[in-house]
Amino acid sequence: MTDVPLLDVTNLQKSFVSPDGDRTMIVDVPSFQLADGEQVAVRGASGSGKTTFLNLIAGILQADTGKIVVAGQEMTALSESGRDRARARTIGYVFQNFNLLQGYTALENVMLGMLFGVGVDAKHARNLLERVGLSHRVNYRPSQLSIGQQQRVAVARALANHPKLVLADEPTGNLDLRHAGEALALIREVCRENGAALLLVSHDPGILAMFDRSEDLGDLNRAAAAHALAATGGVQ
Amino acid sequence: MNLMSLVRRSLRQHALSSVVTIISVGLAAGLTMSVFAINAQTYDAFTGGKVGFDAVLGARGSQLQLVLNTVFHLETSPGNIPWSLYKEISEDARVTLAIPYAVGDNYQGYRIVGTTPDMFTKFTYREGQGFVITAGGRVFDETKKEAVIGNYVADKLGLTVGATFNPYHGLQFTSEREKHRDEYTVVGIMEPTNGPSDRVLWIPIEGIYRMSGHVLRGGGTVFRPTPDGAVPEEHREVSAVMLKLRNPQAGFLLSQTINQQGKVATLAWPIARVMAELFDRIGWVSRILTMVAYLIVVVAAGSILASIYNTMNERRREFAILRALGARRATVFSAIVLEASTITTLGALLGFLVYGGILAAAFVIVRAQTGVVLDAFKFDPALWMTPMGMILLGALAGLVPAFKAYRTDVASNLTPLS
Repeated sequence: MTDVPLLDVTNLQKSFVSPDGDRTMIVDVPSFQLADGEQVAVRGASGSGKTTFLNLIAGILQADTGKIVVAGQEMTALSESGRDRARARTIGYVFQNFNLLQGYTALENVMLGMLFGVGVDAKHARNLLERVGLSHRVNYRPSQLSIGQQQRVAVARALANHPKLVLADEPTGNLDLRHAGEALALIREVCRENGAALLLVSHDPGILAMFDRSEDLGDLNRAAAAHALAATGGVQ
Repeated sequence: MNLMSLVRRSLRQHALSSVVTIISVGLAAGLTMSVFAINAQTYDAFTGGKVGFDAVLGARGSQLQLVLNTVFHLETSPGNIPWSLYKEISEDARVTLAIPYAVGDNYQGYRIVGTTPDMFTKFTYREGQGFVITAGGRVFDETKKEAVIGNYVADKLGLTVGATFNPYHGLQFTSEREKHRDEYTVVGIMEPTNGPSDRVLWIPIEGIYRMSGHVLRGGGTVFRPTPDGAVPEEHREVSAVMLKLRNPQAGFLLSQTINQQGKVATLAWPIARVMAELFDRIGWVSRILTMVAYLIVVVAAGSILASIYNTMNERRREFAILRALGARRATVFSAIVLEASTITTLGALLGFLVYGGILAAAFVIVRAQTGVVLDAFKFDPALWMTPMGMILLGALAGLVPAFKAYRTDVASNLTPLS
């Protein structure tokens, strides 16, 4: 790990108001760092705030309090449009359900990723699709691709803007065990090739074993820890 | 790939509603342009066009009826005036040219006007431009049953030089029983003037007098001319006298004398003012048409709003994905406004086709009814103001769905649909 981490999260808090008016703390992470090029898996049970945690880092959600610094840029200090711009340029995002646009081909989906970032480069987009093994499917629409192929398009799109950080939200959640292993290997490999750090969240304990460094969101998360303690009677 | 690509894709994805909206905008733009342009062109053609005469002298009555009957060959004749009035006015120093008209007959519904050869030798319907007879033709001989016919009549009835026809009594064709025995020979066909004269068959005024069955009352008593006998001047009468005046002051003075002090005749002067009064009188029609056009524009704007707004729910996830990829709220907002503007731009372009179609139909109808040729290529401010207005209105209509897209919550809309 270098002295200045690529991702530095400090005292990050995010709560939501439930329909019955109660405020629930979802993310309460005192400290989390990720080094340049590092690959880390964060495990968490369903509903533990994994997606919220990634959305906060990506700047899709605004934190209640705390600080998030990505590649030297303090995301939490930026305006919404500033976060949008920073996300497009420095962060790639692989969603659990891939979030490909159905009306667009695989190539166009990758180019869409570039539209708001470094600018559209069809050659680079083709290269990425070729790298993920889809050179013969560039003009296919998502509905014409298998789940595994759709996921590879999503990986190519996440890398389209040469991001320093790739966030992956349950990227293997929709795949069977064999394909999940292959997909994970591919994501890790292309991130490494492109010099991007990877922060992956998953509820699957098997995923943790594949990473040198893995964290449990329950451990990171003060709120979750407090809930857990309360549930076991640890807190009076 | 750029913002326009997103718009193009969206239009293609919602092809049916896009096409229907574009057509409705096209119809609205075309109708609006047509209403304004045809209105302006018709007004110009009937009031501003050079008809060649400054005034018309006719029977006591409506100036408008006199002008419509003699200049545009529409309407019935308000009656006749004695030949002596024609002689009197033709010798007036303030009058530079006086040409008598006698009407009352037709051929296949096209009006026959009895006049003198001056119509072809002295009269100019435009600065320095008189009637021209096509090669192989000539002016009629006043003493013979000969005719010079307008280009439109020749074209429609297939009459050529040497062809013969029998006039029918009345200004409109009613039945074969109205057919006169007299047979006229076409000796000349006029070059097109793009005016009412193209729909007229011109014969010698003597021919009208001597037409079988005609009687003259110019002398106060009924006189029945014979085919070969002379027609004394005291029995002659004319439907109108077409006048060219020395100057506008002459028109004013003659109008004072004939209209204010006299009791037997009417001087329609100036002709453009008389026609303008007609348009003023029927101005409410134009205003209603304009209001209808505006209403159609509003409906079209509403259909743009509805067609885009209806797609907003299904597109929320698309907007959320674009936002997650780094698109700013303003970008998504702009894409929707651009989409609405694109629909109206395409609609406005289609509007020019609609306008062309309507104008072509109006061109044919107005020409067939009056002989007046509308200038299809005459520029009217409505031709740029309407499309620009439609595009602006379309963009405004796009603001509502754009604002909805602008407010799309990213995180909650990124979740799977199933």
